[in-house]
Amino acid sequence: MGMEGIGARVARKEDKRFITGAGRYTDDMVVPGMKHAAFVRSPHAHAAIRKINIKAAMAMPGVIAVLNGKELKADGIGNIICGWMIHSKDGSPMNMGAWSPLATDTVRYVGDAVAIVVADTRAQARDAAEAVEVSYKVKKAVIDPVSALDPKAPQIHPEAANNLIYDWELGDAAAVDAAFKKAAHITKMDVVNNRLVPNAMEPRAALGHYDKAEDHYTCWTTSQNPHVARLVMSAFYNVAPENKLRVIAPDVGGGFGSKIYIYPEELTCLWASKKTGVPVKWVAERTESFLTDAHGRDHVSTVELAFDAKNNMTALKVDTIANLGAYMSLFSSSVPTYLYATLLSGQYKIPAIHANVRTVYTNTTPVDAYRGAGRPEACFLVERVVETAARELGVSPADLRRQNFIKEFPYQTPVIMAYDAGDFDASLDAAMAAAKYETFERRRSTAAKKGKLRGIGMSCYIEACGIAPSAAVGSLGAGVGLWESAEVRVNAVGSVEILTGSHSHGQGHETTFAQLVADRFGVPMDSVSIVHGDTDKVQMGMGTYGSRSGAVGMSAIVKALDKVEEKAKKIAAHLLEADEGDIVIENGELKVAGTDKAVPWFQMALAAYTAHNLPSGMEPGLKEGAFYDPTNFTFPAGCYICEVEVDPETGSTEIVQFVAADDFGNIINPMIVEGQVHGGVAQGIGQALLEGAHYDESGQLLTASYMDYTMPRADNLPSFNVSTTTTACPSNPLGIKGCGEAGAIGSPPAVINAITDAINNNNLSMPATSGKVWAAIRSA
Amino acid sequence: MYEVTYHRASSVSEAVKLAKAGEDSKFLAGGMTLIPAMKTRLAAPSDVVDLRHVKEIRGIKVSGKKVTIGAGTTHADVAGNAKLVRVCPAICKLASSIGDPHVRHMGTIGGSIANNDPAADYPAAMLALDATIITNKRAISAARFFKGLFETTLKDGEIIKEVQFTAPAKCGYAKFPNPASRYAMTGVFVAKGKEVRVAVTGAGDDGVFRAKALEKALERKFDASALDGVSVSASNMMSDIHASAEYRANLVVVMAKRAVAAANA
Amino acid sequence: MSEVSMVVNGRKVSGSVEDRTLLVHFLRDNLGLTGTHVGCDTSQCGSCVIHVDGKAVKACTMLAAQASGSTITTIEGLADGASLHVVQEAFKEHHGLQCGFCTPGMIMAAVDMINRHPGGLDEATVRAELDGNICRCTGYHNIVKAILAASKKIKSSSARKKKAA
Repeated sequence: MGMEGIGARVARKEDKRFITGAGRYTDDMVVPGMKHAAFVRSPHAHAAIRKINIKAAMAMPGVIAVLNGKELKADGIGNIICGWMIHSKDGSPMNMGAWSPLATDTVRYVGDAVAIVVADTRAQARDAAEAVEVSYKVKKAVIDPVSALDPKAPQIHPEAANNLIYDWELGDAAAVDAAFKKAAHITKMDVVNNRLVPNAMEPRAALGHYDKAEDHYTCWTTSQNPHVARLVMSAFYNVAPENKLRVIAPDVGGGFGSKIYIYPEELTCLWASKKTGVPVKWVAERTESFLTDAHGRDHVSTVELAFDAKNNMTALKVDTIANLGAYMSLFSSSVPTYLYATLLSGQYKIPAIHANVRTVYTNTTPVDAYRGAGRPEACFLVERVVETAARELGVSPADLRRQNFIKEFPYQTPVIMAYDAGDFDASLDAAMAAAKYETFERRRSTAAKKGKLRGIGMSCYIEACGIAPSAAVGSLGAGVGLWESAEVRVNAVGSVEILTGSHSHGQGHETTFAQLVADRFGVPMDSVSIVHGDTDKVQMGMGTYGSRSGAVGMSAIVKALDKVEEKAKKIAAHLLEADEGDIVIENGELKVAGTDKAVPWFQMALAAYTAHNLPSGMEPGLKEGAFYDPTNFTFPAGCYICEVEVDPETGSTEIVQFVAADDFGNIINPMIVEGQVHGGVAQGIGQALLEGAHYDESGQLLTASYMDYTMPRADNLPSFNVSTTTTACPSNPLGIKGCGEAGAIGSPPAVINAITDAINNNNLSMPATSGKVWAAIRSA
Repeated sequence: MYEVTYHRASSVSEAVKLAKAGEDSKFLAGGMTLIPAMKTRLAAPSDVVDLRHVKEIRGIKVSGKKVTIGAGTTHADVAGNAKLVRVCPAICKLASSIGDPHVRHMGTIGGSIANNDPAADYPAAMLALDATIITNKRAISAARFFKGLFETTLKDGEIIKEVQFTAPAKCGYAKFPNPASRYAMTGVFVAKGKEVRVAVTGAGDDGVFRAKALEKALERKFDASALDGVSVSASNMMSDIHASAEYRANLVVVMAKRAVAAANA
Repeated sequence: MSEVSMVVNGRKVSGSVEDRTLLVHFLRDNLGLTGTHVGCDTSQCGSCVIHVDGKAVKACTMLAAQASGSTITTIEGLADGASLHVVQEAFKEHHGLQCGFCTPGMIMAAVDMINRHPGGLDEATVRAELDGNICRCTGYHNIVKAILAASKKIKSSSARKKKAA
């Protein structure tokens, strides 16, 4: 490891612009002649649109156009789709209802877009949007996913009878039933996974620019995957052919999943730009973000775990209803199925598992992947039921887990996944040591003397990153491949540009990706640039989500670097009149091993471009590309331990200690990895303690601003004690597993296990607000 | 925000004149409540009259136990006033718990009182301290000044100039903030002067109120233990997604105990 | 419309704005100072924090007209030429930012916090004082670390200066 190579704690290259206010986000973009958009949105959760009257709005100052869904349809713009086909257990395809970018006859959630107003200024557009008169016939709404399945419930889409999207299963039901019949102990519980709002700090935004001269569209947008946006807008929404559409995702202020999807707003801005002849910019207000960014989680489940007489787990049975909201967002169908049920084995040998999942429509904001996406829901179920079982069986939660850990790899679970590597004892040991688990009871009694209830809880999570390989996910219904691309351009003076299909919106790719090059060629990181986020610069890519940029994105870079290295060595061997196999690259030089003969990196690069003296038959230049399709998922795993003090008088919970021991495989930049854990854990603690989307019965979102939706703030959180143990991932060249979501996946059950331990009442749902905890203490 | 016309006043009389000229004018003190309300279009004044440059309503005077706080004094200035903290530390502590540091640099005591948000902190202090609110027209006792949710006895063209109170022998404030907004979910100000006064904000369904049962118990013995076993009825408490009425009723007693403990510390 | 003029990052600027224009929009749209961000509508997230007459203020909760006549520092004006402010350096060194969106407001809030606590800061104080700034990426861990480190550095350098004087 050099100062800047793999494993070094290198400060981030991208920070300079962010700390000086020079970052460039979508809302910072200005195009000559640019005008501003505001959307007219439904105030009702469910209603028929009778009439839209734009007269008053059109007469308002600065207004250029008011456009509606019928006009959009007439121009051939397609419906928004879900790109992952799931079949019900009876073999029928999922029941996808139509989602028009601008509603034409029915609105299905509060915030559903009905029209777009384009005006000279943002304020004028907003004024005029208010003046658009939409006459609605309000219908009954259904909000709760369980009631949505009631045949008497309001029907949201004609395509989905009883609001059922699919009824899907995974695993062997007969084997599970047989195991349950023989069980010595069964732990059963109902578990709700609360609905969350992602809340990236940068609100979504789009700037659509139609260039008449070139008949070409440009879209600047807050996207985690600009190429996917271009593909989908082109292939499915008919906005423009791919060669006529450029999508740029500049600096993006956080995503957490919510900026994967292609929303009505960006494609409507593009369409409206052509329609009006002016560039059109839209920036969400925070309440708009609350109403329209895809939400996360929202599962209602029953889980049962069977044990034999020796406390070995024998079977797990799960029944889940997942709320997908009013429409099926881009990857929504995959979240409660292949990203969820496939992780239900957790870290444990469970011979038989069966999960049944029904997804339903409700009159709420669409739900899709949010940091963790399915895996937090699986982890919460498993880790809550295991903890509860330990309490029921009267054994230590650590011992029960350890006894049932998977210890040999590869391990084929009964739910598709084949874990390739791991050492669950190591992370449990590391976490328990860091948490001083052995002396906890002493701390509990000290707290009791102060009148505080102290509790401890753990969670041993496993998750899956870098969904792959493409052929396998295709067979499971994915509409896209999940590979990644990279191109390495060595310039004539030896500086290097890496073009990647991954997209950084906080992950630090400009640093970690450059570390790969510094490590490989010994060139300074300053001479390496990372190019991403622009479909005109990078040919194709799948973007950043599911903790895939390391395991998949960097592997593609490695593959391209391999090719560059091969050619560079050939050139050097030719220049040094040596054998290609004897060339080594060290400290920015290509050397003949064991001699002092060397050619500096830049000289080799110059030779590649002057082409005066290249091996015969070699093409000039030094530029290589690669597509990398992984052979398997990767499986980060670890153990989190949370210690809390509850104030019994107010029910408020203080997290006094939070320990994370993660196995992410090999690590490129520990500083950045730790940052990912901190942020993930904060979101997980947020879910467990603070956050939750609340609707009233009529479908109004009560938590539509920071006045009511509790974002974790600095004083809600402790400093975290994070460390890693390592088993290298055998499925990719770098041996890395991914670290972006683990924190959000592993932490919620640790927090709830700790609080329920403190208050001696296991009946507590998320978010465990002070009022809920107070009530739970009283009913304990 | 809807269109609005901005005016800047340099004196109270000029402010009144400017406000009168507008169709539906509002005084703009720190703006920490009014501007967010205008941004979300919940408030739509035709004119705003900026009071931030009216020097005569700024500043804190402490003479003996008599305290005068200019209406335009920011929360940060109240929180950090060395003279005030000697005679009435609880009000400084209260001010330091309002909003966040940036809000405290702008928000003012006059603006907070005039708005009478049922979850604002100052109304509890004014009521418990038996403060007098001095306007350009009259002096109003806090007990008469606050009327229900967001309502006061202020009339059109009436500007709060200052608040006055006599620092009690002991006082304390304890607040349980709403986890999201950080406004008081329950805030209790306890003052022990000639009598004991306990004022509660954030919890009642009709705004700030005095908790008479707690006052009675504390009259007997001004100690947190005097409130053991005392409860307040949940029937007049607010209930929302953050806290049930029962929970708020509990918080009233718990915060009162903590306020008393702070007062005695 | 109002004519407003103020000193922003040491430069006298003026402009004609609708009275309803927020200071943050004047800075971003009229002056092109896009480092100050808007992350919410309810004056809570703190992405827009700047210094008005030396104090941290939310630029989304002040009209441009209110700020006329004031002296303003935004994130763009914090560094002294090419040399970064100690707090900027500390955020970089301690990885106190990820997506960077809340960062300008965080840094401006941190500078103000350190100014108001010349005697130094502890972790609990830093966390309490950050309640007007929301970050979704970092879990605050490294922000707190960065502020504590910067505060320490500033305190020791001002002590050195005092000694020298």
